[in-house]
Amino acid sequence: MKELTLATLIAVFEEMFGGWLFWLLVAVAAIVTAAYLFVLIRDRSLSMKKFLLAQISMPFGAVAAVLLVLRVTDSQLTDLGGPIDVILFLGIAAVGAIGTSILVYSVESFLWPPKTRGLDGDNQAVTEEPLGSKPV
Amino acid sequence: MIQSRRQFLSLAAAGTVGAALPHGARHARADTVKTSANIVIIGAGAAGTALTNRLSRRLDGATITLIDPRKDHLYQPGLSLVAAGLKRPDYVVSKTADWLPSGVELIQEAASEIDPDAKTVKTSGGTSVRYDYLIVASGLVLDHDAIEGFSLNMVGKDGIGALYAGPDYAGRTWEAASKFTDEGGVGLFTRPATEMKCAGAPLKHTFLIDDIAKRKGNGGKIEITYANNSKALFGVPIVAEKVRMLFGDRGITPVLSHVLKRIEPGRKIATFATPEGDRELGYDYIHVIPPQRAPDVVRQSGLSWADKWTDQGWVEVDKETMRHRRYPEVFAVGDVAGVPKGKTAASVKWQVPVVEDHLVATIAGKDGTARYNGYTSCPMITRVGRAMLIEFDYNNDLVPSFPGVVAPLEELWISWLMKELALKPTYNAMLRGEA
Repeated sequence: MKELTLATLIAVFEEMFGGWLFWLLVAVAAIVTAAYLFVLIRDRSLSMKKFLLAQISMPFGAVAAVLLVLRVTDSQLTDLGGPIDVILFLGIAAVGAIGTSILVYSVESFLWPPKTRGLDGDNQAVTEEPLGSKPV
Repeated sequence: MIQSRRQFLSLAAAGTVGAALPHGARHARADTVKTSANIVIIGAGAAGTALTNRLSRRLDGATITLIDPRKDHLYQPGLSLVAAGLKRPDYVVSKTADWLPSGVELIQEAASEIDPDAKTVKTSGGTSVRYDYLIVASGLVLDHDAIEGFSLNMVGKDGIGALYAGPDYAGRTWEAASKFTDEGGVGLFTRPATEMKCAGAPLKHTFLIDDIAKRKGNGGKIEITYANNSKALFGVPIVAEKVRMLFGDRGITPVLSHVLKRIEPGRKIATFATPEGDRELGYDYIHVIPPQRAPDVVRQSGLSWADKWTDQGWVEVDKETMRHRRYPEVFAVGDVAGVPKGKTAASVKWQVPVVEDHLVATIAGKDGTARYNGYTSCPMITRVGRAMLIEFDYNNDLVPSFPGVVAPLEELWISWLMKELALKPTYNAMLRGEA
């Protein structure tokens, strides 16, 4: 294996999670990402209300990701010993935060799709109650 | 080699992050070679299994026979974790047959005789197997009898541990060590004077038990001595210095040039051979690692070095190609190979492609080009949650895979994560010939 390593990486991840679980996780990640892109394209705009809730969910996702890694590795926060550890720690938190926000936004968009005008033959969607749209 | 090393550890690094991956081509391999060669592999441990998988893909038509009586395959790098209560014994156990490709004959008997002149291997069941190429991957034997007064049935009782002896014994070692971390006393940690597998493991066990006792609030009740066989605490000088400093930091007392020769469980006294004569040290917990040698079948075959390691019998191979120096159709790989370093799974990872390259090239009528530079890797656990990712080669040069990023002599969480999360999957992928 002087070259590569995509195939090798896949083999390692299959061993890490078990073959079916790994591909299940890949499928879930792909579906959530596709769902996110789908609602963005469908709605043609970002709902700031939904995005707000997604943002609020981010710290929970970050904390959950960090706690999960600490738990499965018998580690604690005081084990961070150098700059690369802090970078990795922040990276894990960021992955958890971003993943959660995408998931929350996608679920919101499916559960509460935007109201469309729909009567004038214009398929353009509008966001419901966009932030700042109400008169003060 | 550097590139591939980086790739190997990139796996571990990537594994700690857990990124999802797109599809890619599987089993992208070098060309296969048609042959009717008989290849016999003695040993279905890490090296034998990985080579079997790789050769079965590279050689079209070859007869590959694997000889090993063991039904269980052991992930030996996990034994340190078992002996510290961090993993259960079954964490390291899998079935030998589960790792092997179809089309390979597994003879579940021990090799009892190797005749390199007649090119035959006899098994304990009386079968005689002729080979065109032989790969000796038998591993090594733990010579527990060399420690007077010691026997394996003592492990787990009366403060005696011996984690190398296998998963059950590693589990029992934790029983004894755990009691020590609760009750305190004198902890005595040893290592043999012979070559040994994973020379970092005795240190890991010392650091872990010390750390666990302190986490329990019993740091003031323990007194730990590390009895080292030589004057240096590690074979690589710069690492030895780092270990010396860590021992100072932890309050662990090293005693040098002390080789365990006898224990008296009743009196809880261990006797060490030292340059000044025998010395007795008392203990409440002792970790025993016996001398390690090539199996008798290898030592009696005439394949061992005649002028080196004569009390240990490692196979006489060229240290860069792993090919026998007198019998070119014989290779040795893994623990049994007579090379200066390299009795670790990481060494196996680097040796196996070298043997594959030379063997396949020879069958194809060419010369192999791959070289093994002695690379090995030791995730030196220094406490629960931190390790140093130490990589070095024949020259005792540090060869970090991520220079400037993952510092080899720093106790880091990322190195611990690699050991905990990614090394076993990487090892398993290696067994399948996929890493």
